[in-house]
Amino acid sequence: MTVTTRQKQAPEAVRPGGRQYSDRTRAERRLGWLLAGPAFVVMLAVTAYPILQAVYDSLFQYRLTAPQDREFIGLRNYAVVLTDEVFWRDLGVTLLITVVTVAVELVLGFALALVMHKALTSVRGLLRTAILVPYGIITVVSAFAWFYAFDINSGYVNHWFNWVPGISPDLNWFADTWTALFVIMASEIWKTTPFISLLLLAGLAQVPDELTEAAEVDGATWWERMRRVVLPNMKAAIMVAVLFRALDAFRIFDNIFIMTKGAYGTETLSLLAYRTSIGRLEIGLGSAISVVLFICVLLICFIAIKLFKVDLAGARGEKS
Amino acid sequence: MTAESSSRRRARGRPRTLAVLASAALLLGGCSAPEGPPVLTWYINPDAGGQAAIAAKCTEAAGGKYRIETSLLPNDAASQREQLARRLAAGDSSLDIMSLDPPFVPELAEPGFLAPVPAGTARRTTQNVVEGALTGAKWKDKLVTVPFWANTQLLWYRKSVARAAGLDMSRPVTWDQLIDAAKREKKYLGVQGALAESMTVWVNALVASGGGQIIENPDAPADQIKLGLDSPAGTKAAGIVSTIGKEGLGSPGLPTQNENTSMLLFQGSDGSFMVNWPFIWPATKDGVKGGNLKPALLADIGWGLYPQVTPGRDSAPPLGGINLGVGAASKHPDLAYQAIECIVSPGNQAEYFVTNGNPPSNTEAYNDPRVKQAFPMAATIRRSLELAKPRPQTPYYNEVSTGIQQNWAPPSAVDPRSTPESTTKFILEVLRGERLL
Repeated sequence: MTVTTRQKQAPEAVRPGGRQYSDRTRAERRLGWLLAGPAFVVMLAVTAYPILQAVYDSLFQYRLTAPQDREFIGLRNYAVVLTDEVFWRDLGVTLLITVVTVAVELVLGFALALVMHKALTSVRGLLRTAILVPYGIITVVSAFAWFYAFDINSGYVNHWFNWVPGISPDLNWFADTWTALFVIMASEIWKTTPFISLLLLAGLAQVPDELTEAAEVDGATWWERMRRVVLPNMKAAIMVAVLFRALDAFRIFDNIFIMTKGAYGTETLSLLAYRTSIGRLEIGLGSAISVVLFICVLLICFIAIKLFKVDLAGARGEKS
Repeated sequence: MTAESSSRRRARGRPRTLAVLASAALLLGGCSAPEGPPVLTWYINPDAGGQAAIAAKCTEAAGGKYRIETSLLPNDAASQREQLARRLAAGDSSLDIMSLDPPFVPELAEPGFLAPVPAGTARRTTQNVVEGALTGAKWKDKLVTVPFWANTQLLWYRKSVARAAGLDMSRPVTWDQLIDAAKREKKYLGVQGALAESMTVWVNALVASGGGQIIENPDAPADQIKLGLDSPAGTKAAGIVSTIGKEGLGSPGLPTQNENTSMLLFQGSDGSFMVNWPFIWPATKDGVKGGNLKPALLADIGWGLYPQVTPGRDSAPPLGGINLGVGAASKHPDLAYQAIECIVSPGNQAEYFVTNGNPPSNTEAYNDPRVKQAFPMAATIRRSLELAKPRPQTPYYNEVSTGIQQNWAPPSAVDPRSTPESTTKFILEVLRGERLL
């Protein structure tokens, strides 16, 4: 409110558009631009420019090793991509990985968040550190660890779990779509559940103790307190966690690149875009796949924010 | 402010100004070109240090004319190609010398990414070079790279298994004989069934050994390429791959088996016959030396020419190796070719073979006594190189190879009646830009 008062005291300036700003407001706006400007320019350089370049390139038949054959073909690359079974198969795999990993991570992450929330103060630090260890490991390193654990030649999983029906020393996990996807998703869940649990822990901390205590006094069971008090009060945190992880999971690359390189039906859209742009050096076609992938990510954001009403500000506690 | 204090400040400021100027001069001096001969950067594929040793040797031999520095490329051939192609397309002038896998040479030569080979260098570096390596160094009948080392696959076998199966290994054997022997002895065949470049290597060798070829007109533009997979040779090749896959003769690990894992299988108690590169010999010797393998294993390993597809018809073993190319944007192409002449000298090739296990492309190097001592199978390798056939030489090799891999792996899914035809259709559609790969 101080600003408003001073605005009245300061001499007013009239902009050509008719809006009036005080000198101080103008100075603050200028300072704001000066402070945020460099970051804004960097963001434009590293995000907007490549996106626009990709959109432009996607309209050409353009192979890096045949620059002289570059030809404008309009939306033909998109037609090839959207009518090809490889694209739809890869989209299906991507969606499957996204849905399964996010769902499992949400349940496990919530359980871990509860444990961290309720842990005794003396062990809280140790517990949080232990839970966060997988998240601190570089994805490529964790992917190699999981690969070598399950590999038919070097792995120990087949020998340790020989007693489980379906697992034997001759099981080649990475030679079949479903077993390979199982390992990929297990690795992804192991690696990123701590992240989701941290977001949920922040949500749990926002639920006032008075509410759960009052429900307990009223005779509500643990399950009823969870369902009717805790979960509704941390809906914003849950939705933000789901959105962040869904966007991350949809762009999965490292785990698959290390474990199968997309072989035997384990390829996702990111890998297809990489293989087309970098492997085949087909810049036009690869850019079209990247643009489609980008649109899919935007769509997920739109669905989450508009349809499920994800409130990013609310999740940070700005509105409480 | 008094005049005195002002002059004192100026006096204090002078040394500071001088210091700043001196620092700036030093910095600028540091930015100027380093003294000494021109530096040639040689992008090498990972090895056991052999290329770096040759670089040092040739730098010394140049007597101050140039200095060769090595820069390491990624591990696998496909990633090496990706990096080099991107740098070449961007006009990177640091690509003075490049170690290139032969199948990727046409893709880089066609758009003019490689500096032309001087006539003198071409003449001097192609004498006594095995035919396959020479073919792999050319594009449209013109030498565009210089053959350095040439690789080929041999048939490696466990003498005990061959004896038990009653096979006479002093004469060429066929794939059908090996399949029967492995079945009878309940052993595994060492082949590469992973969805990787090694699958194309295997398919190409099978098709070529059967008298066919994967591409009939490799010089043609993408939309006019004719494939030779849907042929009797292609069907026979698919039959061999399919039988090994379906009958479990390649072990449960076959769908993910590459050259290294098939070597481990061969070294184990279930090993019998294996097609693989000569690196397995020094690797097995090292295993014995390190105590990981039993010494008796070395004595039990025999070698011969790549198996035949048709009895009585010479096989066409796989051809690999490395050629040396010079980037079109290099600032020192003449010096680079002088350095290449030094690198590929028969003496250096022989030493590279002995120290790193990579066979020479120059037949003269096989006469070196060090080679004969380190590789008792050197004569077989030389003979195999003479028979070897390169993989398809086309600028679209990546599409052709990946198309084959996607249709022929896992081997158990290969159907001799339909796979050659479906692979042909798939690759042609990809080449016409109608399908994703």
